[in-house]
Amino acid sequence: MSLRESLRVAMQALRANRLRSALTTLGVLIGVMSVVLLVAIGQGARSEITGAIEGLGSNLLFVLPGDGDFGGGPQRSSFQLDDVERLDRALPGGEGRAAGYVIGGEAVQAEGNRFNATVFGITENYLGVVDRTVARGQSLSASDIATGRRVAVLGATSAETLFPGQDPIGRTVSLGAIRYRVVGVLDRVGTTAFGPDVDRQVLIPVSAAQRLFGSTRIDAIFVRAESTVGIEADREAARAALAERLDEEEFSVVSQDEIIGVVGDILQILTWVLAAIAGISLLVGGVGVSNIMLVSVSERTREIGLRKAMGARTRDITRQFLFEAVALTGLGGVVGLGLGIAAAEVVAAVAPVPAEVTWWSIALALGVSVLVGLVFGVLPARRAGQLDPVAALRHE
Amino acid sequence: MSGGQETAPLLTAEEVTRVYVLGRDNEVHALRGVSFAVDHGEHVAIVGSSGSGKSTLLNLLGALDRPTSGHVRYHGRDVRDMDDTELAQLRNADIGFVFQSFQLLPRLTALDNVVLPLVYRPGSPRERRERARLALERVGLADRVTHRPGELSGGQQQRVAIARALVTEPALLLADEPTGNLDSRTGEEIMILLEELHRDRGTALVVITHEAEVAARAARRIELRDGLIVAEAA
Repeated sequence: MSLRESLRVAMQALRANRLRSALTTLGVLIGVMSVVLLVAIGQGARSEITGAIEGLGSNLLFVLPGDGDFGGGPQRSSFQLDDVERLDRALPGGEGRAAGYVIGGEAVQAEGNRFNATVFGITENYLGVVDRTVARGQSLSASDIATGRRVAVLGATSAETLFPGQDPIGRTVSLGAIRYRVVGVLDRVGTTAFGPDVDRQVLIPVSAAQRLFGSTRIDAIFVRAESTVGIEADREAARAALAERLDEEEFSVVSQDEIIGVVGDILQILTWVLAAIAGISLLVGGVGVSNIMLVSVSERTREIGLRKAMGARTRDITRQFLFEAVALTGLGGVVGLGLGIAAAEVVAAVAPVPAEVTWWSIALALGVSVLVGLVFGVLPARRAGQLDPVAALRHE
Repeated sequence: MSGGQETAPLLTAEEVTRVYVLGRDNEVHALRGVSFAVDHGEHVAIVGSSGSGKSTLLNLLGALDRPTSGHVRYHGRDVRDMDDTELAQLRNADIGFVFQSFQLLPRLTALDNVVLPLVYRPGSPRERRERARLALERVGLADRVTHRPGELSGGQQQRVAIARALVTEPALLLADEPTGNLDSRTGEEIMILLEELHRDRGTALVVITHEAEVAARAARRIELRDGLIVAEAA
């Protein structure tokens, strides 16, 4: 029997039992749909978050408290203000490439408006290092920082919320009991899925922030490398400079690529876990196919006997039932794929995290659904093929 | 179609026995040593009451089963030397089955039922349908091609089954109680049809039956009792 003929016979049998075929294929359909959708969400989250990290600016080195093992949770910082200067001086090829900050959440008030902002206490070169620009007014000057003057630069959202429809330059905002004069407003960055929303920032001199938070420390230091080539030299210089004062476990110098790598790996694992969970439903769907195929073989024992009497070989019968199983799961795979892509589009439109349908998840879903048909169809198909024609013809 | 010389019998049975082992110390000797030959184009009736071994003999003649001892030969070739694939090919090429219970597939049309044995040999779908249509025409069902078995009378269903048996142009029509599920008039019509095909096409016709009138129509009768041939009459 030709392959085409086997396929035709299989489709004929499936059509004869439309409802049962549809219900059987539903298990595989839901499985494939879940795989495609969940992998799309996982991939979407991954590229969104790594994109956000990239948005911090390339060629950036992060000097962070702790030994760089992200599994250990947040570490208490041992950095102090003069570590920033020590580090800056140690970097090859001139100063002004390192900046430190302290960060804290604080309620900000201005003329009756109240706003929960992310307050950054920054050192002199912060805006240049993180590649931010002032839209209106001016930045915090070196002397502002050195003297801890009570001046502030607002993120775009902060400015709009505190001073709706007004020019905030020259006005004052209150942080706790202390009033700061607004000297500038930053350009809008846009929302990101990673870290604090930088448009909700309020920037003040680092010494003022330390007073506000009751701290003497610096939370983290950023270093802008001059180029990707120079980044390793900068990393070594930064490490050597800090090692003079701190233990190795107290700090780590990581590049943006490394953070993207680590975060990307974690999210990739998350994606695989999601795919595996969805894969379980695909497996359950496969068991359902196997079950129904066994029922079908038993119901059609006489047909099998008859076909054998008419000259069907063992392999013709086995192939016929195997094709039925694969047609069931393959159909579920194609429809499930379509619904999965549609569901991913809906999620992307509704949720803040975009869903990204990848070619490998499509190939995987279709491949696996056909494979499920083969694997779970083999047992019933072999059983059908090996039926004794005499007994099968007499079967009631 | 026929691999042997035309002078050799179509099939021979030599000292054929068939023992079914149903359990320890429980063996059923369905055939105890049966020998006969069927020539090309012959009309033979195998007669016997139920339990005589005629169903077992049918399975062996139909190459659906192999004997426990002895030989069943087609065109001189022993079926015991053939594997399952060769047996399937032999059934497809040389044997047309007609069953008491018709054995039509209820979800297929009359035409698709007749196409069934052609599916297991090379050929284009269009060619198969054309041959099946001619076969249905030959048994007088040209106007029932698209009917399903449930929409046909018993006699019509058996005609579809006969069309299915003759569509491969076999050397042997093997009919197992072909009139058993039909009233006597319809049964008579079916027998006339089978005999016409046998005569017109030179197809050997072996009818297995317990009915004396059906057996009496054959040129030669072989009577079975308790797994042995007790009488053979021309």
